[in-house]
Amino acid sequence: MKKTFTALVAAAMTLTTAPAFAELVVPNLSYRTGPYAANGIPYADGFNDYFTLLNERDGGIGGEMVRVPECETAYNTEKGVECYESTKGDGALAYNPLSTGITYQLIPKVTADGHVLYTPGYGRTSAANGKVFEWVFNYPANYWDGASIIEQYLMGKAGGSLEGKKIALVYHNSAYGKEPIRTLQELAKRDGFELELLPVDHPGQEQKSQWLQVRRSKPDFVIMYGWGVMNQVAIQEAVNIRFPMENFVGIWWSGSENDVRSAGDKADGYTTVSFHGTGMDFPVYGDIQKYVIDAGKAAGAGDEVGTMLYSRGMYAAMIISEAIRKAQEIHGHSAVTPAEVRDGFEQLDLTEARLNELGLPNFAQPIQATCADHGGPGSGLMYKWNAADGKWDAASDWISADSSVIDPLIAEDSAAFAKENNIAERCN
Amino acid sequence: MFYREAGDFKTSYREDSQTFPIKFDRLRYYVVLAIAFGVVPLLINDYWANAVAVPFLIYAIAAIGLNILVGYAGQVSLGTGGFMAVGAYAVYKLMTAFPEVSIFIHVLLAGGITAAVGVLFGLPSLRIKGFYLAVATLAAQFFLVWLFNKVPWFYNYSASGQINAPERTVFGVFVTGAQTSAMAKYMFCLVMLTIVALVARNLTRGTVGRKWMAIRDMDIAAEIIGVNPLTTKLSAFAVSSFFIGIAGALFFAVYLGAAEVGEAFGIQKSFLILFMVIIGGLGSIFGSFAGAAFLVLLPVFLKNVLVGTLGWPTDLAAHIELMIVGGLIVTFLIAEPHGLAQLWRVAKEKLRLWPFPH
Repeated sequence: MKKTFTALVAAAMTLTTAPAFAELVVPNLSYRTGPYAANGIPYADGFNDYFTLLNERDGGIGGEMVRVPECETAYNTEKGVECYESTKGDGALAYNPLSTGITYQLIPKVTADGHVLYTPGYGRTSAANGKVFEWVFNYPANYWDGASIIEQYLMGKAGGSLEGKKIALVYHNSAYGKEPIRTLQELAKRDGFELELLPVDHPGQEQKSQWLQVRRSKPDFVIMYGWGVMNQVAIQEAVNIRFPMENFVGIWWSGSENDVRSAGDKADGYTTVSFHGTGMDFPVYGDIQKYVIDAGKAAGAGDEVGTMLYSRGMYAAMIISEAIRKAQEIHGHSAVTPAEVRDGFEQLDLTEARLNELGLPNFAQPIQATCADHGGPGSGLMYKWNAADGKWDAASDWISADSSVIDPLIAEDSAAFAKENNIAERCN
Repeated sequence: MFYREAGDFKTSYREDSQTFPIKFDRLRYYVVLAIAFGVVPLLINDYWANAVAVPFLIYAIAAIGLNILVGYAGQVSLGTGGFMAVGAYAVYKLMTAFPEVSIFIHVLLAGGITAAVGVLFGLPSLRIKGFYLAVATLAAQFFLVWLFNKVPWFYNYSASGQINAPERTVFGVFVTGAQTSAMAKYMFCLVMLTIVALVARNLTRGTVGRKWMAIRDMDIAAEIIGVNPLTTKLSAFAVSSFFIGIAGALFFAVYLGAAEVGEAFGIQKSFLILFMVIIGGLGSIFGSFAGAAFLVLLPVFLKNVLVGTLGWPTDLAAHIELMIVGGLIVTFLIAEPHGLAQLWRVAKEKLRLWPFPH
């Protein structure tokens, strides 16, 4: 694999005629087309804008400019392969494909090629176990954390017990949507609620039968693991059958402005979980306005600044840049290699003080990564949609996932992966 | 000047009925083979293998498979994606159940399993044809995708329903998994494609192929002259599904490495391969290659030109790319309704007379 490295660089140069300076390369495998574009665009914009800010304001990270080559995947695994292959030759430091399908595909590839795969809040959940997944990081939270956080929130709403309640899971019928099922089944067994599964096939434009089923079986709560156009349709369908919005909770990928706006005022009260803050109240936006937007360097149309998914793209960019910074600190030079950036990810220590410095006070939970822990604190906040003001209002404090349920599941799944691929556990 | 029979004397029936009867054509064929086997593997890198060569080879296998059914036997099928999924899940189950057996054998077995499934779904073709058969095969597509989503046994009860190809070798060289070199991937697919193309070409030239074409051209007349529609139609389904199953197995195991049935083998895959066959040319092996090349290489080429060279924003480039590919398909089909293969035939005719057309 490595012997072709120079050949690759040459090929990448002839193919893309990219300038090859000494710089930090963080590819953005984004999607601005297809049925998932409504969610892909704000994320990609936030990701790009944060690195633009670092370049414009600070001259990059540790004096090295950051280049963010963008590659369109359309949420499609075949295009994802092409994007990975076309960017890896540039010495890409970290990948953030924003697709669980592409993540599954890239896990063996990045492990063999030595690139970091950073999948905050998505991807393969058991990658939280750093003992098995050396190159993959998914802190601060994963799908199973999300399921546990939502369950705790609903338990609070139901007055402390979910005994005898019925919860329906409306999910994208793919690896992503199926991820929380195991966890919710465990929780259903423990807390005595009934779980009903309602899969929605890609792309999710047709959900009449699923919501007819909801109307018939009258669940107390509906949890949604949706993405792209499926979110908008589901919220509209819930409105149509007059399902009470405050009992309808989405995972963090089913909670962007673009998902709720199309349903208008009726979407008021729809709740989602998030692992970071949102809105324009953070000091960093002053700098983004000054160095990025006013300078005309904003990514995309520039109309997504401050939205939920923009904040998430920015969050991912912030973590990657902090990991690069950490790597520069550990290794004492600024032109870090992918392997050194991996060390930076593994020893990342994101404190509240550091978040304040970055202009993001209380934006996220502190992270203290270790060799074994690639999963982070696993906590999130609930946000309720305020249709009148068109913004997300915080509906809870930070809720931590129940690790007594999730940790054994992670251990089990990662052990299966290690066995399949003959991986010896590290960090012992 | 080129492609001339003059001076090319045949002294035996065998010579007279070979695949490429014209000397120049035969020479060109050997040159292509020599380059594909001798030169490309030495030059290929990860990008060229994973983004261009391997998908092209695999789609070419699938297109040959579908061409046998649609182009030679005249049975319209929209179930290609589903049959590819059968190949993929079959090879996954075989790879995980019998890790010590060579992947080469597993891929062939996966083709065999797909052939059996194809025959099963080909049974309605004995009673219905045309659009109605297309609808019946569409049902196969949806049923198979639903099945692989619904029954956890097919994906070994993994939490996410994803199937991941474990590392397997042929003669000690990795051909699946992350450690596979670009050359190994390419060679494995190329060998498969060569075998498939040779078998397909010779089947279609012989009795079996003539029966298929007789059924395609007029089934009642074919039956009157003694062609058994039952065996003929079902053999077309079997052979076609066998090749499509091989393509599906390679697509999952060698190319993607991880797959999810709805995303990788959905209805859009059926249409994509049908378009390859139609654009390439119905009833032509060369057309299968040309169609696969057109629909695999053109988007990658356009992306590299628009984004890489011209520096356009990725979303604009992606949309323009769809428009250009769509426009070219329409233009090609208006200019030559019989596909790229017919263009090639016309070009050969012209080259024969060139530079003295009269």
